[in-house]
Amino acid sequence: MAAEAKRVWRDNFSELKKPLGREEARVEASRCLYCYDAPCVAACPTHIDVPRFIRQIASADVLGAGETILEANALGHSCARVCPVEVLCEGACVYHDWQEKPISIARLQRRATDAVHADGELPFEPGPDNGRRVAIVGAGPAGAACAAYLRRLGYAATIFDRRPLPGGLNTYGVAEYKMDRRTSLEELRLLFRLGVGVKSGVEVDGTLAVRLLKDFDAVFLAVGLARARRLGVPGEDLPGVVDALAFIARVKARDPKVVGASAATVVIGGGNTAIDAAAQSARTGTPSVTLAYRRGREKMSAYDFEVALAKGDGVRVLTDLAPRRVLGRRKVEGVEFVRTRAVGGKLVADKRPVVVACDRVIVAIGQEKDRSVAGLFGAALNADGTIRVDPATLRTTAAKVFAGGDAVNGGKEVVNAAADGKRAAWSIHKTLRPDAVPDAANAYWVSTIDGRVVAPIVARGGTSS
Amino acid sequence: MKTRTKPDLSADCAGIKSPNPFWLASAPPTNSGAQVMRAFEYGWGGAVWKTLGQDPPVVNVTSRYGAMDLGGTKIAGFNNIELITDRPLETNLREIYEVKKRFGDRAVVASLMVPCERAAWHDIVKKVQDAGCDGLELNFGCPHGMSERGMGAAVGQVPDYVKMVTEFVKEKAKVPVLVKLTPNVADVRFPARAAKAGGADGVSLINTINSLMGVDVETLVPKFAVGGKAAHGGYCGPAVKPIALNMVAQIANDGETRGLPISGIGGISTWSDAIEFMLLGAANVQLCTAVMHHGFRIVEDLEAGLRGWMRRKGFAKLSDFVGRSAPDIVEWKHLNLHHKTVASIDKESCIGCDACYVACNDTTHQCIAVDRRRGNRKPHVVTDDCVGCNLCSLVCPVEGCITMTEVETGLKPLTWEQYVKNGLKGYGEVYRRH
Repeated sequence: MAAEAKRVWRDNFSELKKPLGREEARVEASRCLYCYDAPCVAACPTHIDVPRFIRQIASADVLGAGETILEANALGHSCARVCPVEVLCEGACVYHDWQEKPISIARLQRRATDAVHADGELPFEPGPDNGRRVAIVGAGPAGAACAAYLRRLGYAATIFDRRPLPGGLNTYGVAEYKMDRRTSLEELRLLFRLGVGVKSGVEVDGTLAVRLLKDFDAVFLAVGLARARRLGVPGEDLPGVVDALAFIARVKARDPKVVGASAATVVIGGGNTAIDAAAQSARTGTPSVTLAYRRGREKMSAYDFEVALAKGDGVRVLTDLAPRRVLGRRKVEGVEFVRTRAVGGKLVADKRPVVVACDRVIVAIGQEKDRSVAGLFGAALNADGTIRVDPATLRTTAAKVFAGGDAVNGGKEVVNAAADGKRAAWSIHKTLRPDAVPDAANAYWVSTIDGRVVAPIVARGGTSS
Repeated sequence: MKTRTKPDLSADCAGIKSPNPFWLASAPPTNSGAQVMRAFEYGWGGAVWKTLGQDPPVVNVTSRYGAMDLGGTKIAGFNNIELITDRPLETNLREIYEVKKRFGDRAVVASLMVPCERAAWHDIVKKVQDAGCDGLELNFGCPHGMSERGMGAAVGQVPDYVKMVTEFVKEKAKVPVLVKLTPNVADVRFPARAAKAGGADGVSLINTINSLMGVDVETLVPKFAVGGKAAHGGYCGPAVKPIALNMVAQIANDGETRGLPISGIGGISTWSDAIEFMLLGAANVQLCTAVMHHGFRIVEDLEAGLRGWMRRKGFAKLSDFVGRSAPDIVEWKHLNLHHKTVASIDKESCIGCDACYVACNDTTHQCIAVDRRRGNRKPHVVTDDCVGCNLCSLVCPVEGCITMTEVETGLKPLTWEQYVKNGLKGYGEVYRRH
């Protein structure tokens, strides 16, 4: 069994996107057209100067490329692996207009950040201590990015996180074949060398909230989302029903007991997490994996390339099936669905049941909003349970309390969280020191918060300012 | 956490100071104050203004530039027939003044070209100095159009003229004077010596090389023609870099001009190109073609690359490495005849394309063999026959697959000069001659 587990981790969970070879990187980097007002830069929530870092790779300045990336995105090492670049930078590449393959931006980015990690030195250092302290709740991408940029501005930054390891979903929730846990932890280890304090295993309650508000000059809430949403159907509490994030966390912990644990699994949901869970179920040795979604294929929020990946792993995708109950006496034996169709935007259920036999059900219908934490800090929520903020400053309704990441956007990509962390760091600084202007050490990353303004095209004879 | 050292990039070429060694060469990118200011906003350390002349300004033709692409690479070589500035002198002077007022820390150098008359040079030198420029660059290099009018390369090709005009300028110059040299000469050391003799504070090189971009074989009309006719132009861009490097090294190592400050120009596109010029003796560098290809923004990559390299190499300032490699450029007769390298092919990374085999077998020394008998596509080097010429490693498409390895011969170093002095005795055969 141990040998089988070892084989599974090696063969099925090595990273899907392999690093570029030297020749591939050379050819790919020299293909980049070095666009001026480049659409890939605009498409990146952190506005990494993609053409610039690719040109740096092409001119053999790989560490310089790494600096360009990490300046704009402190989490650039993980984003190179987990970003859905097909719908972000690579999806925006001008080569599409030429009916040619876009530049492999993510793999080039990975080449640069891998080099930084091999070099073992961050391309920037903490700013001189300014005597002020910021508490960050949540060590996921938003919190980690915020802490890093605050350190560069000279703040003491302490992160509080309820889990034993930092990284949030990067460490616990990203499909292991996209990025393994080790990579996430390595990224943070290097980043936190800026002098970030991390208090792990700390549950935030009213007492702690009061203390943080009292002891710190500002608080950044990057708490992500709360527990998994439940199906709300009979049989849901039977042994064998697990939520997707708990399942993925076990895979990422490389729990040997997860290998070969199921002969037939049904995954319920239509998003990218459902796909991740289904593919990882197949890759941990489940011979029959069925993904069932209650609406049509076109309504699935999972990206096409993710669905194709799962299908390649042998996952059967069924649509227009809503779960009515989980079957089984002492443990799960199957799921009873009803066929649905949309009538005027509403789902109408068929009477006849469809039963899919299984010994495990993975529920992946999203996470609930955490409606409790913001209140402890006096911050108000929106009606949908997200924390209310001013989008430009990420200020909440409570004084000196800021928020970002999934808790604010309802659940987006790692890169969106990293962008929020960066925005929050500068916003905290501007709130505590309204007259602050970025100094030389911080000017570049601050310029990437809203994207660099491309120099205007000026008429001949005019001046540019 | 370890503190990162911050190398000092400030440069000083013949007394003209700039916060970094990257200047825009005198060319279209420095045609106007608006352009130069935008370049300075991006971080350029200096700019040599598009060459100023006497009023009335020249008239240019339309269709001015041509390029040579190589495979998928755009603009491997670049050609132009544009003349000096076609804007009134007064306009340029006013803009130089405005640029200096706004960017006092950057180097603004006025490139000049007027007829070879003392009064003409005195007049323009006074005017540009009054405008506030930090230095002068005498354009003795432009190879097209202006040379037909007795200026540009027509001056640079005659050392006596170079010396005479430099003297005219030095009579009135209060700021450092660089003489820009043309490569269209048999030996660039002669005009360089003449510039020094005339009192130049430094030289800048190379200007462009005489060139013709080709003929369209379908229409039989010259490429990039002006109404069906073409004039020769000036060639530049990545393709000319080795020619420029040689000339820079020649001047850096020449007994008469050693120590004369050099501003290096010619095919510089990247930070490492710039470093090569500086290692061979250039105090700073000037760029044009790469900027015309990609815009002013490339200075950010140049600076980042230079800074990162200096940090890795432990250099704190430019003078720590300027000229460091120049002494290693010697005459052929000083090379060691007893030095031996042979090629070796890495079986692991070899892809069996035979590029090395055919090149070696047909054109050089027949020392790469392929043994097909056991289905083996991969060639190997017959080490005893290898003369260490490098050709196989140059044609090999796989980086790092063919390496040239030094072989210990156990022989004392012997140069051609010593060999001749020894009466052609004492050479131990380091390679097999057929």
